[in-house]
Amino acid sequence: MDWSSLSPLSLIATMVVASIPIMLAATGELVVEKSGVLNLGVEGMMITGAVAGFIAAVESDSHVIAVIAAAAAGSAMSLFFGVLTQFLKSNHVATGLALTIFGLGVSSLVGQNYTGVKPPQFPKPEFGPLGDIPILGKIIFGYDYLVYVAFLTVLGVWLFLAYSRAGLILRAVGENHDAAHALGYKVKSVRLLAIMFGGAAAGLGGAYLSLIRVPQWTDGMTAGAGWIALAIVVFGSWRPWRVMAGALLFGGVTLLQLNLQAVGLEINAAYLSMAPYVITILVLVAISTKHSGMSANAPASLGKPFHPSS
Amino acid sequence: MISLKKSLRAASAVAATALLFATPGLSEPLKVGFIYVGPISDFGWTYEHDQGRLAVESALGDSVETTYVENVPEGADAERVLTQLALAGNNLIFATSFGYMDPVVNVAQKFPNVMFEHATGYKRADNVSTYSARFYEGRAVIGTIAGRMTETNTIGYVASYPIPEVVRGINAAYIHAKKVNPDVEFKIVWVYTWFDPAKEADAATALIDQGADIIMQHTDSPAPVSMAEEKGLYAFGQASDMKEFGPNARLSSIIDNWSPYYVARAQAALDGTWASEDAWHGINEGMVEIGEFSDAIPAEVQAEAQALADAISAGEYHPFTGPINKQDGSPWLADGEVADDITLLGMNFYVEGLEGEVPN
Repeated sequence: MDWSSLSPLSLIATMVVASIPIMLAATGELVVEKSGVLNLGVEGMMITGAVAGFIAAVESDSHVIAVIAAAAAGSAMSLFFGVLTQFLKSNHVATGLALTIFGLGVSSLVGQNYTGVKPPQFPKPEFGPLGDIPILGKIIFGYDYLVYVAFLTVLGVWLFLAYSRAGLILRAVGENHDAAHALGYKVKSVRLLAIMFGGAAAGLGGAYLSLIRVPQWTDGMTAGAGWIALAIVVFGSWRPWRVMAGALLFGGVTLLQLNLQAVGLEINAAYLSMAPYVITILVLVAISTKHSGMSANAPASLGKPFHPSS
Repeated sequence: MISLKKSLRAASAVAATALLFATPGLSEPLKVGFIYVGPISDFGWTYEHDQGRLAVESALGDSVETTYVENVPEGADAERVLTQLALAGNNLIFATSFGYMDPVVNVAQKFPNVMFEHATGYKRADNVSTYSARFYEGRAVIGTIAGRMTETNTIGYVASYPIPEVVRGINAAYIHAKKVNPDVEFKIVWVYTWFDPAKEADAATALIDQGADIIMQHTDSPAPVSMAEEKGLYAFGQASDMKEFGPNARLSSIIDNWSPYYVARAQAALDGTWASEDAWHGINEGMVEIGEFSDAIPAEVQAEAQALADAISAGEYHPFTGPINKQDGSPWLADGEVADDITLLGMNFYVEGLEGEVPN
């Protein structure tokens, strides 16, 4: 075994890259769930964003347009879910699952002619001399734009939820929609906006996969990343920073075990791969125990139907 | 799902009509069902099976009717889908992934009149055939090319699950790379999935970071080829040609051509001569094809690889010919001895020189 060949710097850098899709999707879903809506369609919105961003990048050769297209496509998908659940009062769980299946099908259909096409390379921002700093240069200033967008999204969501009035309203809607409604807040509109934000973030996460991490379009390429994002929201007990840490952990563990194997370390990959899921289950158990303090952060109205007349 | 329900209804209608007129379904087409582990547009494993399905349709025309279900996970879901296909009136069902083995055996017991064909498995019954390709023949050829082409003497191998088929491929590639380049070293990463482009890409990146300049894969998506292309290194197409994913990176490929077998088996079912078999075809029968050599390969290496493929095809050379020792140094094949199929089918050990252990 040759440890010297395993560079911790490039390992950290690739771990960050590996966690970006799930970090974006999970942060979006966090906002959705904080408003009291459970959208299980993350996988469907991610894959739609992946294909839309890919097509836009290939056709327009513009990264800005690709990113906007991915976010818009994810958002449009989530709008289906929003209208069905908020206005037609459909069941959140069933509608979310349908959205995933729908997204996988639609992306496969529209992506048919784009298999094997190469997307334009995504540019990296120039930090000038900062990029030359020995260690920090690589692990802080060595990424493409979307990595910074992802971290700024986490920061923004945290500031929004913790310190803004709009964030307070969103949380109120998620905690007790009847009380929020009685106070005159527009529960449906707040939730619809949250759902659309979640869709945009998931779409962006998907585009990160198809444009940067793999760079190619393959049918079904998200391969369960949306479900991991859902687990991370619970894992992070609905707090943005913990969700970010969860994404880094989930993404990092997978990558770490692949790298350890490449170095030649005998590890049981299965244990390492399932570790994040085991922790998620433990968190769920902790939440269901009333006195843990963690349960306080779960939105009280999560997934409950809202009937303003009653 | 809707289409399945529809065909279910259609099937019961057909059955009812047949009963009504008491005519044996001679004029009815043979219904052939396919179940796939990935999407038909993966441009890898599943894509080639679907090409086989299309070949059956074009060869046998109106006398057959095919349906397929894609993205079926191995396990309990497979049993449900197989049952549905049988209930929908399919006479012949192709199950195209190793993990469908037990589901196929279970469902076949419940439907003794339905003929099943299971790819890469080893459990058979009166109505269950197995078929597989001798991919290791192709691995020997691309292993030779890899051994000649590597400059870092490090070849990265993205492996799926530690099953005999995959272990056999690693051994065959290693033996032949080593034969032409005694300094060659293999680094193997197990990803425990057949299809997950992001994970396959990450595994390829990890191997490249470890000094591999040629990537081989035994997974279904073209992501590893894409990564090699991006880094300016070399790779091989797996299951499909994959040239479009790495115009510069792809040196050659192992192409699975299921069409001749599928057409022959559907024809046998039509003729009433279908019987349970164990087919294991290679380059000679055309089930394993070596993709066109890229210009990056020097002419003498191309000639060497072609000569090896021809010798295997003609039966003059077997990729597992002794002397070969097992990893622990104990003798496996004596000088000139050729491995028997039983050992190859259950291969769960590395040959001498490979590092690491086969995971349990």
